[in-house]
Amino acid sequence: MKPPIYGLMAEFETPGELVRAARAVRESGYWKVEAYSPFPIEELNRALRLPRNKLPLIVLACGVLGGLLAYLLQYWATTLYYPLNIAGRPLHSWPMYIVITFEVTVLFAAMGAFFGALALCGFPSPYHPVFNVDRFALASRNRFFLCIEAADPLFDRQGTADFLESLDAREVSEVAH
Amino acid sequence: MNEKPKFDLERLRAILAGKRGREYWRSLEDLAGSPEFEEVLHREFPRQASEWPAEDAAGRRHFLKMMGASLGLAGLAACTRQPTEHIVPYVRQPEGLIPGRPQFYATAHTVGGLATGLLVESHQGRPTKAEGNPEHPASLGACDAFSQASVLQLYDPDRSQALRYNGEIRSWGAFETEIRKAMALQRASGGAGLRILTGAVTSPTLGDQMQQLLSELPRAKWHRWEPAGDHAARAGAMLAFGQPLNVYYDLRNADVVVALDSDLLASGPASLRYARQFAERRRTVSGQPGMNRLYVLEPMPTPTGATADHRLPARAADIEPFTVHLAAAVGVQIGNAGTVEHPEWQKWLPALADDLRAHRGRSLVVAGDQQPPAVHALAHAINQALGNVGSTVFYSDPVEVDPVDHLASIKELAADLDTGSVKLLLILGCNPVYTAPADLNLRERIQRAQFRVHLGLYDDETAEVCQWQLPESHYLEAWGDARAFDGTASIIQPLILPLYRSRSIYEVVGLLEATPRLEGRDIVRSYWNRQRPGADFERFWRRAVHDGVVPGTALPTRTAEVRYGWSGTPPERGGFEIIFRPDPAVHDGSFANLGWLQELPKPVTKLTWDNAAVMSPATANVLRVENGRMVELDHRGRKVRAPVFIQPGHADGCVTVHLGYGRKRGGRVAAGAGFDAYALRTSGALWNDFGLNVRDTGGSYELATTQGQHVLDARRTIIRHADINSYLADPESAIQDTAPPRELFMYPEVKYEGYAWGMAIDMSVCTGCSACVVACQAENNIPVVGKDQTARGRAMHWIRIDTYYQGSLANPELFHQPMLCQHCETAPCELVCPVAATAHSSEGLNDMVYNRCVGTRYCSNNCPYKVRRFNFLQYSDQTTPSLKLLRNPDVTVRTRGVMEKCTYCVQRIQQAKIQAEKENRKVRDGDIQTACQAACPTEAIVFGDINDPNSRVARLKNEQRNYGVLADLNTRPRTTYLATLKNPNPAIEAT
Amino acid sequence: MAEEKQVMDVHKGPSPVISPGYTFGTITDQISSVVLTRQTPVFWLAIFSVAVTLLLVFLGAITLLLARGVGIWGIQMPVAWGFAITNFVWWIGIGHAGTLISAILLLLNQTWRNSINRFAEAMTLFAVACAGLFPLLHMGRPWLFYWMLPYPNTMGLMPQFRSPLVWDVFAVTTYALVSLVFWYLGLLPDLATLRDRTKNRFGRAVYGVMAMGWRGASRHWNIYETASLLLAGLATPLVLSVHTVVSFDFTIAIVPGWHSTFFPPYFVAGAIYSGFAMVLVLAIPLRRVYGLEGLITQRHLDNAAKIMLATGLIVAYAYIMETFMAWYSGSTYEMSIMWQRMTGPYAGAYWALILCNVVLLQSLWFKKVRSNTLLLFLVSLVVLIGMWLERFVIIVSSLAQDFLQSSWRTFSPTLWDWATYFGTIGLFLFLFFLFIRLLPMISIFEVRMLVPEARVEEEASK
Repeated sequence: MKPPIYGLMAEFETPGELVRAARAVRESGYWKVEAYSPFPIEELNRALRLPRNKLPLIVLACGVLGGLLAYLLQYWATTLYYPLNIAGRPLHSWPMYIVITFEVTVLFAAMGAFFGALALCGFPSPYHPVFNVDRFALASRNRFFLCIEAADPLFDRQGTADFLESLDAREVSEVAH
Repeated sequence: MNEKPKFDLERLRAILAGKRGREYWRSLEDLAGSPEFEEVLHREFPRQASEWPAEDAAGRRHFLKMMGASLGLAGLAACTRQPTEHIVPYVRQPEGLIPGRPQFYATAHTVGGLATGLLVESHQGRPTKAEGNPEHPASLGACDAFSQASVLQLYDPDRSQALRYNGEIRSWGAFETEIRKAMALQRASGGAGLRILTGAVTSPTLGDQMQQLLSELPRAKWHRWEPAGDHAARAGAMLAFGQPLNVYYDLRNADVVVALDSDLLASGPASLRYARQFAERRRTVSGQPGMNRLYVLEPMPTPTGATADHRLPARAADIEPFTVHLAAAVGVQIGNAGTVEHPEWQKWLPALADDLRAHRGRSLVVAGDQQPPAVHALAHAINQALGNVGSTVFYSDPVEVDPVDHLASIKELAADLDTGSVKLLLILGCNPVYTAPADLNLRERIQRAQFRVHLGLYDDETAEVCQWQLPESHYLEAWGDARAFDGTASIIQPLILPLYRSRSIYEVVGLLEATPRLEGRDIVRSYWNRQRPGADFERFWRRAVHDGVVPGTALPTRTAEVRYGWSGTPPERGGFEIIFRPDPAVHDGSFANLGWLQELPKPVTKLTWDNAAVMSPATANVLRVENGRMVELDHRGRKVRAPVFIQPGHADGCVTVHLGYGRKRGGRVAAGAGFDAYALRTSGALWNDFGLNVRDTGGSYELATTQGQHVLDARRTIIRHADINSYLADPESAIQDTAPPRELFMYPEVKYEGYAWGMAIDMSVCTGCSACVVACQAENNIPVVGKDQTARGRAMHWIRIDTYYQGSLANPELFHQPMLCQHCETAPCELVCPVAATAHSSEGLNDMVYNRCVGTRYCSNNCPYKVRRFNFLQYSDQTTPSLKLLRNPDVTVRTRGVMEKCTYCVQRIQQAKIQAEKENRKVRDGDIQTACQAACPTEAIVFGDINDPNSRVARLKNEQRNYGVLADLNTRPRTTYLATLKNPNPAIEAT
Repeated sequence: MAEEKQVMDVHKGPSPVISPGYTFGTITDQISSVVLTRQTPVFWLAIFSVAVTLLLVFLGAITLLLARGVGIWGIQMPVAWGFAITNFVWWIGIGHAGTLISAILLLLNQTWRNSINRFAEAMTLFAVACAGLFPLLHMGRPWLFYWMLPYPNTMGLMPQFRSPLVWDVFAVTTYALVSLVFWYLGLLPDLATLRDRTKNRFGRAVYGVMAMGWRGASRHWNIYETASLLLAGLATPLVLSVHTVVSFDFTIAIVPGWHSTFFPPYFVAGAIYSGFAMVLVLAIPLRRVYGLEGLITQRHLDNAAKIMLATGLIVAYAYIMETFMAWYSGSTYEMSIMWQRMTGPYAGAYWALILCNVVLLQSLWFKKVRSNTLLLFLVSLVVLIGMWLERFVIIVSSLAQDFLQSSWRTFSPTLWDWATYFGTIGLFLFLFFLFIRLLPMISIFEVRMLVPEARVEEEASK
């Protein structure tokens, strides 16, 4: 009995082949599937039926939070915490608070976008089984990979391998844990 | 930076011609429109050098180092005790006088021997600030720049600090034994070989001591030399009356004043009084008439000339002929005055004569101290002819003890020195080697006396040629007395024990007496005891010391008839005329080591740290020289090199040089400042003479002036002025309102409950004397930055006197404007400060919080008045021990990187409020006097609570001529100005 | 690689962004080799040593500055702001081009940006770093800079939120941080590439850590795309706001020549103008030395030049408006300032900037000039100088001659003014050349997308 593996990985040479293979894999019922490419390929999202991600909501929330904090801070500091007669202006000089409010909104939103993205990607994740495949190094150069995880209910070590071969993959390799 | 464009009169004229309406301009570079930017590109590297650490020696650091060098001041801490003698604190305060501090002592400061009464502020025994003594006739509460700076002189680290014999430190004991031996010899010969040289002496005590000494030693001689004294005036009295009478004036009764080359409002022993009296007749509030009229004839523009309704530039030598004509015109019997060629004179003389005759007994003709005797005699004659004597002019016996002709006296000494008959020479409290006429060559001559003693504050040029150098006590360290211009005597009481082992002139003369007396206080007190014997002497003494004036010592006025039959000696003309004048900042050089005065922008010229060969634009054009060009002044074979300074309104064909610079042993501050004009000054011509040749040497020299150089668009609301008649007729239109203040304001007004501090400045009475500048510097611990930094535009004065010109180059009209923080209601500076280091107080002050300031300088950029000052480097000297004693403890000493500015003397405001609270009342109007206000002789500056409708400031602000500078910017300044009013003579205006 | 060839030939279309013949592999190899090679080009060493020298000058100048105070500069009263703020505005302006390329052109789907956005963004970061130094250094008491931050400081005091300087603190900080994360996010895939390609174990470790485990999974790409679009969407208004806020430093003040309403657009245009000039000044030599003409093609230079021309014309229009408004305002002070600028002590600088920013710029109308890299390089240099002069004139000439002529005084810089200025150029070059040596100066994966092969054939998506 061979040791359990993470999944099976097929290598393709062009984005087109990858997309076709991905679509086929999904259509045949696999759902624990992941495609790897050296650059973003929009078609894959549909082919793999990826869910829409939550990032926009996170960014919106952060932005609103930042804006509120900024304005309230200024309001509090100038009218309640340490009121001063500055140049005869009213304590609550709201027009002068707009700039900072805007800047902080953008700052928080941007941070939300960045850290949100990292979180959703699960980064940093220095180790991942797919790295065990030697040729996978080419995924960051000019090769395209499709990986079906062993955890998939339809997964069958031999059958899935044959199935992948049938998608005229350049090569199919097992991904060790 | 100070640019020095090629000077081109034609071009200037062209520029001026091109202007419509009134043109103000600041100085000639401005009109010449100098190409500074190319300069910038070209001069970067030379200029930059001045900040190389290596180059420090040249720059400000050097200055700080000098000041910072802490000399043997180990004993200082022990010196800050009050004298153990019983000095009398100034506790009983007359009505209305509110000193800013708990402990004030009355004393007196003498310039040229004549006293100005002071109240000196003392902090735990440290004299820190001089204020005028309201009870003293020469002060009336005001205080001039010299007296202000004399406090700095007390702590000057360059003062001579030890008794020296040929440079080696000796004890007083050693000197006493030597001098006793020497005196013993002299007594044998009746003092044949004894000569004593002093400055002008008005001190009754010292006079008495000297008389005593001379009576014991009949063959001894007492010589006098006062370089900037009023010799000519006394000689003039001799001419006119046959006796050396003292003359003084009362401007309160004068409707018409004619000043003949006399700066009576800003220099001289009674200038503070005259300025006050002049202002009383000048100030026009609630439109009441009766404004006086001032005519001035002078070569070099002075504060008096700038204040005049009519000013005529004239060479010093032209004053006499003019006066002759004037005398003839008003009906003085001096024979035929000849015909008048000068077109301006033709216009002036009749108008002037009519004006004078129309005000018999209410007019006044004043001859300047630097004018020859004949002019004084003529002035006496005119005043008498106009019946002014007893109304505006008063005579009394001379104030000076034993009034000799100083010039004759010093010449005699020189002669005696040649004959070798001088064995023992004591030079007490004066510096003849530096100040005596050059032709006497005292430097060599003095050394022909075997036993030479010099007593002085500094180890100066004279000390250099004397074996014995005795450190003199500062007047704040020693007992003494002196008389004022009218003879009123004051007791000079010390506020502090001598900082060093020094002695006063009284004590040194005391040493010479048969039975030596060493105790200054005893000497002075015993003298007065002899004057006022009896049981109540103690009360008299305490009273006199307390008040600062000895009651009933003013000399009785005298009457005297002018005798005619004299005539002046017309100088042989030819070449340029050279005119010597005491410097407005360092006087005769005795104040040369005082940074406050060196850095004080001189009235009118705004020059600092230097004197110059001042000449008119036309003269400069003839000589083809521009500002800062080095020229060689060659006066009858005596030569000095001097930088040119072009002064509009200066008389043509003459060059004015100020005395007191080019000190060789004046101390580290004085070192390198200016050139020595004494080198040209001979006994033949003390004040002015022809035969000057000016040669362009091609070199140039940076003169540090504190003012910019650019044309002002007349539409800017900076200076407003009008003549009195049109003003009284229609105040509104008379003061043309170029840009009305904005009333529109989008924010709710801030309400100030309680106090609302404000200031009003009456430009009509501001003479630009600059006493306020030094007073502010003394009160607020304002650092001295040195010439290099001043030239870079980093002078730190919180208040400055802006001077604007109007009209022709040859004879412009001048306007003075004291400029300080305006404490705007909507202060632009506050809005932009990122750390709220400047904000409004609940009383409307624009507070500057030093310890919050991070130094972005944004506030200064946004200040339209540019009154904020920045510590670009570590300016305030925090190391020199003696200067630490000088600081006002109520005011923070600022450090590098911090912005500072006028605070309306907030420390004084707080004092007054605390006092008022203790007495459970509101602050009364007049309780608070800002430093500048207190010093101002003309009371041009008024400070107070504008919420109180009855306060003086509030009433002034209701005047129709009250306006805010740049009010069109909607800054709403708390400091406002009252437009300048002038009272020109229609007869002269007409043509 | 026969197939790859065929695909290339199949492709027909408009002039490509990158020259034909590139494949995923060759692109990857060429760009990454610049970093992964062992031997450093002489060009790099030469420039870098210059940079280090200037950097040392800078450190010297700063040391003296901190020891003695801002008095070592030429600033005085009334010109209390001199070179420091001029340099600040100049540098921050230069930064703007990077953000514009990376963010705005991304939103506008300008694919040609892909091969220049990486180093343009780096340029932004380093320019902002240089700019950020000046507000700190120019303070009288720089050690208290943190009093500008919003926390109750030792005096229980918050910053004065009405002050444009505080706005600057927020704007510049935000700008720096957002640019940084945007740049870093874009670096992840390429860092992964370097991780996978470097032979050096140490490098592998470092790049590996920095890549955070990127493996090009489609889910990650999906999130990445969203994130970069969002960041671009945020950076776009941000970049416009930053120079607007900088211009507030002047417009909020009442100083004549500063106090005007059209400064924000004027400044933003000027910023992009100078920014693109800097992009060209950097790109032209680099593509030459590293043989990247195929990736940074003539088309890039041409587009950049056109943008310079456009923004330059806006700036020229602003100069005209500035003069017109001075007259139209009817304000004595405004008119006087304008007049003084043109005829007064700074006339030289003023006409020089007109020459640099307006006159010489017109040469870009000609394709000849735009296609001549040398000329283009020179024009860009001239524009950089001109834009510096513009800021100098605006700041200094207005202060030198404002309301009360009693205080008028002209500014002359000292050696230390220049040392500090050129010093920051050294700092900039130092950082930038470290960057091109250690990180891919061109976004590898984004250029891969430019290869025709990258597009998925039609029949695939039916």
